Amino acid sequence: MSALLEARGVIRVLPGPLPVTLVRDIHLAVQPGEFIAITGPSGSGKSSLLYLLGLLDVPSAGAILLEGRETSRMSRGELAALRLKKLGFVFQFHFLLPEFSVLENVMIPMKKLAQESEQKMRARATRILQELGMEALLNKRPDQLSGGERQRVAIARALANDPLIILADEPTGNLDTKNGRLVFDIFKRLATQNHQAVITVTHDPQLSALTQRQIRLVDGVIASADQQA
Amino acid sequence: MPLTLAIALTHLRNRKRQTLVSVLGVAMGVGFFIAMAAMMQGFHVYFINKVIDVWPHVTIKDEYRAAPLQPVQRLFNGGVVALYGLKPRDELRGIKDAESVLDGLNRRSDLAAAPTLRGQVFLRYGSKDVSATLVGIEPEHERRVSHLERDLVAGHLNNLYSAANGIILGEGVAKKAGAELNDTLSVISPAGVILKMKVVGIFRTGITPIDNFESYALLKKAQILQNRPNVINQIRIRLRDVNQARSTASSIEARLGYRTESWEETYENILGIFVIQNAIMYSTVGAILIVAAFGIFNIISTVIHEKTRDIGILKSIGFEEGDIRRIFLIEGLLVGLVGTLLGWMLGYSLTRLLGTIRFHIEGFVTAQGFLLDYSITHYLIAGSFAILSATTAAWLPARKAARLNPVDIIRGAA
Repeated sequence: MSALLEARGVIRVLPGPLPVTLVRDIHLAVQPGEFIAITGPSGSGKSSLLYLLGLLDVPSAGAILLEGRETSRMSRGELAALRLKKLGFVFQFHFLLPEFSVLENVMIPMKKLAQESEQKMRARATRILQELGMEALLNKRPDQLSGGERQRVAIARALANDPLIILADEPTGNLDTKNGRLVFDIFKRLATQNHQAVITVTHDPQLSALTQRQIRLVDGVIASADQQA
Repeated sequence: MPLTLAIALTHLRNRKRQTLVSVLGVAMGVGFFIAMAAMMQGFHVYFINKVIDVWPHVTIKDEYRAAPLQPVQRLFNGGVVALYGLKPRDELRGIKDAESVLDGLNRRSDLAAAPTLRGQVFLRYGSKDVSATLVGIEPEHERRVSHLERDLVAGHLNNLYSAANGIILGEGVAKKAGAELNDTLSVISPAGVILKMKVVGIFRTGITPIDNFESYALLKKAQILQNRPNVINQIRIRLRDVNQARSTASSIEARLGYRTESWEETYENILGIFVIQNAIMYSTVGAILIVAAFGIFNIISTVIHEKTRDIGILKSIGFEEGDIRRIFLIEGLLVGLVGTLLGWMLGYSLTRLLGTIRFHIEGFVTAQGFLLDYSITHYLIAGSFAILSATTAAWLPARKAARLNPVDIIRGAA
């Protein structure tokens, strides 16, 4: 069976008078239900790799396959459609839309996909938020929430269209230990219970220890890939 | 509500003051345009209506557009011909065979024609000499080609028949001479004839050049005065459809050879001024709206600058360039639309306000206040221009926003 997401010899170079190589020689396969941490020192290309895997960025060479389909020659519109349906993002900053309520923020990707009635979307968004323990805050604005609460809303939004893969870029970077732990527990549950793949960038060894598999990047190259139980 | 519209609305709602300023900018542009257009167009339309109302639509004159060709020129048409010592023949001026021309014209159902003899005279009343144009008319014909009878402020048209030598003066002429109804004045023609004539009527058309220089008498009296018995030098025509004036004039001229002018030709220079006036109005108001467009450009650029993160996250979620562009275009469009609606109200109120101002003007026309024209066209022109400029002003920053790369935004923020 082919992997859910696969990188084959991916290279990303920022062009310019002095070209910068962000990552190179990346070979990677992600299976459903996997919980993967990308670790490494700062500037090692962790985030760059995540953006490439998340189809936000396009490799300079090599191929990225999502469900066996080659993506590097797709148009920006096709990539956007794939991101909408198959991928969910969580960033270090929550990036919630400040003018919209918690519930509305979670509904935005659903509305963009526009495959359900307003009522169904509302019900599903409420359920996702309930599962994350946010049922009391549905109609609050993002600026009325704590950092940990905001990040959970961001996770809920990433889950809105029931993605195959959740990609997180330092999702705990702005959170205290307790909240960071909570986020990782949620990720773990998504991987084990929903069989969604979770790929997260982190530099916190305590948190990365909670994942199944760690990919350590040094200077844009995979230095080690540990498989844990 | 579509998602893009909802997002656009929240952006505008969160920048209330800037949005308000932009909307007001558009509204003022639209409002001033409408008020200015109402004033200018009002004068324009009033003038044309007046001219059409008062002046004959088509006038046949006893002259030719070009000097008649000499036999030698006719013979060597196109050849090199030089003639020296040429003296134009003394011709008896006047429209030849006017009787049958008139009969022919009056048989047509689309027009009415009346014979006249126009000439310069002096009016002497007491110590005052006033020069005027005396138009010899036949009242029963005149009734069908002009509204002289309606425009009389004193006396009756039929008094021309009953008085021995009756004359009807323009209001301005009467004022200059100091004459009133039933006064008798001396009328002196270039032919040297002097007639004592009694003022049997005074008219006011509202068009100053007519009121200040024209007077009317019976055709017979005018012919005696000018010493041109049985001669008429103008045929004045009123058309059922005034829009046919140009074509009717040229077809009559082609047939008769006499210079035949439509009212548009007679008033060409004034109508030309209106064209310039309109150009000035459009460029002034265009400038206002362009300034308003800069306001819109400014607000949308600011919003985009502030909302860069939002744009990044929306794009990472899977919003396409078109969606992002649409959000900001909608914002510009909304400002344009609301501004237009407010501007329409402002324009209407301004026009009504101008309508209440009373004063006396006497230029080309006489009026007691602004002559206003409430034309739906002005509203449509102003509205479409405002919406077009608002959309264009939004388009440029919107395009930039749509092209933003989410990775750059997220990286920059993280």
